[in-house]
Amino acid sequence: MNARATTAMASGLQSCEGCGLLSRPAAGADTGRCPRCGEALEFRKTDSIQRTWAFLLAAAICYVPANLLPVLTTTTAKGSESDTILQGVVLLWSPTGWPLSLIVLFASIMIPSAKILALGYLLVGVQRGASVSGTQRARLYRLVEFIGRWSMVDVFVDTFTAALIQLQPLMSVQPAPGLFFFAAVVVLTMLAVESFDPRLIWDPHEGPEVQHA
Amino acid sequence: MVSADTPDDVRPELARHGKPPFNQAVADGAVVACRECDLIQRLPELADGAAAHCPRCDKELRRRQVDALDRMLALPLAAAVLYVVANTVPMLGLSAVGHRASTTVLGGARQLWNDGRETVALLVLLTTVVAPALQIGFMLIIGLAVRRARIPRWVGTLVRHHPRAATWSMLEVMMLGVLVALVKIADYATVIPGLAMYALAALVVLLAMMQRAFDPQLVWNRIEWAEART
Repeated sequence: MNARATTAMASGLQSCEGCGLLSRPAAGADTGRCPRCGEALEFRKTDSIQRTWAFLLAAAICYVPANLLPVLTTTTAKGSESDTILQGVVLLWSPTGWPLSLIVLFASIMIPSAKILALGYLLVGVQRGASVSGTQRARLYRLVEFIGRWSMVDVFVDTFTAALIQLQPLMSVQPAPGLFFFAAVVVLTMLAVESFDPRLIWDPHEGPEVQHA
Repeated sequence: MVSADTPDDVRPELARHGKPPFNQAVADGAVVACRECDLIQRLPELADGAAAHCPRCDKELRRRQVDALDRMLALPLAAAVLYVVANTVPMLGLSAVGHRASTTVLGGARQLWNDGRETVALLVLLTTVVAPALQIGFMLIIGLAVRRARIPRWVGTLVRHHPRAATWSMLEVMMLGVLVALVKIADYATVIPGLAMYALAALVVLLAMMQRAFDPQLVWNRIEWAEART
């Protein structure tokens, strides 16, 4: 890594998020428009840290009812029974079904919480200055971005279970309130990832001497 | 960066209404900034199939595709056909003690709506029906437009919004969810995978190939510039 690395912002240039063109705003201006694709340009995403925190806190709040409230209600002749996500994982555990049970456990319980923690860590790192290298934090951000969509899997499991098991009056399955909160966690964390500007990770590395750590 | 003491006339909210002026493009088109770490660098000439990565954060900056022009048309065409099949025929059937039931991709969202979960129903509709349709439709139009000598400006709008459509298109996640649901239901009833399941499985593979074959730079290199319009 050469020691004279410089960023677009440090050179007074803006990189278009739409088409990638590098361009210079009018003297003294913070915003402009891309001459090639017309997209509004800024040096960094507006209020990235505040917006990401807001989505993240909302997701963390929804995470509680998402795990405590039932996501499915099964009605049979004997009465009705409600299951939370974790109970669904346990129900799926069988000599043949355990790999899928693990997938759901991973996608529904571990990924959302890991995602909230990881984004919180990245935000604190940007605000306070982190000791861990930018390369590793950039890798963490990409992992969070890539893996986040898979937590939707439980929403689809419940959706299609409910859609298929409609054998009234014998047995029917209805989605329960927890499903809304769970879907909200997934959507809010995806929005949080989108509002985070990964370039902020690297901004403290600015200047003539680029760190090797 | 907008700080508290920025004069009002350049705040982004206000500037957006008055449409800020066009920036001045850098002279050398091969000089770019990394999208994830903002490091300025020059893109090397790439051989077919080769990719350039940022030396600082390792983000892939550009990948030259083999036969990009043909793949950018062939793959969305094939995906469009499979999409129509996947959304018109039953995906899952079930039979238990004389009862029969079946559902389609759309049926999942419809049942949620009927059960009073409208918000989740809309999310499922977005991620399994609307976003995939946009993802394929945008790509089909882009694939057609990129073969023309001059690419009209509105094609750029499609290219800009394509990544968002791809982010919210979750057919592969849905496939996994359906698989889990199948195993769950197999305890109570006999499940019959429908034709749409096979179409979906092929579609998931095609969509991944389609995303990989997309080289937006081919569009940007020859598009009509926004500033030329004013």
